[in-house]
Amino acid sequence: MIQLILKRVALGILTLLLVSALIFAGTQLLPGDVASAILGQNATPQSLAALRQDLGLDLPAWQRYLTWLHGFVTGDLGMSLANRQPVADLLWPRFGNTMALAAYAAIVSVPIAVLLGLAAAVRRGGMFDRGINIVALAFVSLPEYFLGLLLILFLSVQFNLLPSLADTYSGMNFGDWLRATTLPALTLVLVTVAQMMRMTRTAVLSVMDQAYVETAFLKGLRTKRVVLRHALPNAAAPIVNVVAFNIAYLITGVVLVEAIFNYNGLGRFMVDAVAKRDLPLVQAAAMVFGAAYVILNSVADIAAIALNPRLRHPR
Amino acid sequence: MTSKLKAIPISAWLGLTIVTLNLLVFVFGPMLAPYGMNEIVGAPFDPPSSQFWFGLDQNGRDMFSRLLAGAQMSIGVSLAASLISFSIGIPLGFVAALFGGWVDTVLSRIVDTVMCIPVLISALVVLQALGSSVPVLIFTIALLDSTRVFRLARVVAQGISVLEYAETARLRGESLGWLITREILPNALPPLIAEFGMRFCFTFLFVAGLSFLGLGIQPPFADWGGMVKDNQQAILYGLYAPLFPAAAIALLTIGVNLVVDWLLNSGAATQGADR
Repeated sequence: MIQLILKRVALGILTLLLVSALIFAGTQLLPGDVASAILGQNATPQSLAALRQDLGLDLPAWQRYLTWLHGFVTGDLGMSLANRQPVADLLWPRFGNTMALAAYAAIVSVPIAVLLGLAAAVRRGGMFDRGINIVALAFVSLPEYFLGLLLILFLSVQFNLLPSLADTYSGMNFGDWLRATTLPALTLVLVTVAQMMRMTRTAVLSVMDQAYVETAFLKGLRTKRVVLRHALPNAAAPIVNVVAFNIAYLITGVVLVEAIFNYNGLGRFMVDAVAKRDLPLVQAAAMVFGAAYVILNSVADIAAIALNPRLRHPR
Repeated sequence: MTSKLKAIPISAWLGLTIVTLNLLVFVFGPMLAPYGMNEIVGAPFDPPSSQFWFGLDQNGRDMFSRLLAGAQMSIGVSLAASLISFSIGIPLGFVAALFGGWVDTVLSRIVDTVMCIPVLISALVVLQALGSSVPVLIFTIALLDSTRVFRLARVVAQGISVLEYAETARLRGESLGWLITREILPNALPPLIAEFGMRFCFTFLFVAGLSFLGLGIQPPFADWGGMVKDNQQAILYGLYAPLFPAAAIALLTIGVNLVVDWLLNSGAATQGADR
């Protein structure tokens, strides 16, 4: 099992390398180069050459990639083009904010979604199942900003329960932070619960259709015991995958939600950087998002291996 | 025929109606609009009235007319992106499945790597490099989305190519082109059509999302995601202005999802659809 997990970790690291190469390649798509983009109309051949050398653009692409990768691994994310500040100082606090918001949403949504999915699967075809499926289908279709705007309209403008903008600052006490971030977190919860509940239901149902579950029912066991002792342990691995998939979704879903509530997170930061075409910022933010995504998926796979004995002995 | 029509559940009818209405607006929208897309007809954020059904936007333009005109961009860009993504993904998926070997390995590895990065993040990187314009949007989204289409097309074609009739055709000495167009494609169509609905939903929400972030379709073109963004502040004063374009986006997505749900459940798309 240790060997299998090590293999998965190695695969994750390889994936991270490929992802970094792809992100670097993506930022090199620009016809011309960054130097002419920065200088624009005022470029003279001399100033262009000087800036190119300054930015290391006179080196071949693979060399620049290695320099960038080395910098990334050692914590040097380069300088922002827009304001000449180290990217690392700008990025990590906002990454922390984004993770805090995603964690808030996940802590609320995961238990609710798994319980609802289980309940729907147990009463398959019943009123509860059908009702909750229609509601879930509707919520899956709603864009984040539609839900977010509705929440602002009702909870903050009309009833004045919560602030409409997620203004946070460092040194804020936890209660105030919770109050400020509840609306964005609630938006994320509504979007992910529906998706996660539907997937949990499918995962549990595929286990409930197995012969041993039928046997357990035919032995005369109570539904509760069959579900909790026979079905759930076998559904645990797929449920872990469902949860990981949705937390991964949270990572990008958070970009839109941050824009709605003006939350000072990495998503909004990256969007601003794209608008300003600030290459080092975008590269670094993309790599952090990509890494978070890859690491999350690796952790989910390792958890699935740990939970499901069958995965420990592949063929 | 009538019995077939009766077998369609109400939810699917609702979905089909919504989709048809949207397609009509997509084709005829600008002609139906009572006012010009960028014509200023009153004060900013005038509430809905009999003259201006959905009120006015942040610049005093008629919201209803802009919704009708904006359908062209919102639906057009995502429709084009989905069509291109399918015309890239399906042939490559089929070829990978039928050839196998190194062709399959290379294509699958590339696709796997691209899929390791969240689509939004990849798109932002490309938009940073190339800037946002309609062709860049369409091709970026189409290329990123074609990875999903590739995977489905490959799995479906693999399933079909081992069936007797495909085997027979191969033994008859039919060419690869014949095999793909005559044996695989017709049988792979049902799951791929359902998938088209899902992919369209995704690209539609994606384009609207990018526009909402200010990185999608740029002014002077009207589009629904951008309209939500432009009018967003009005919600703080209890005005409904941004809810109209947001609801239009939600409505079309729900409509397509209802149709897809019906297609998947009706058994028309049994093979390969369960990924």
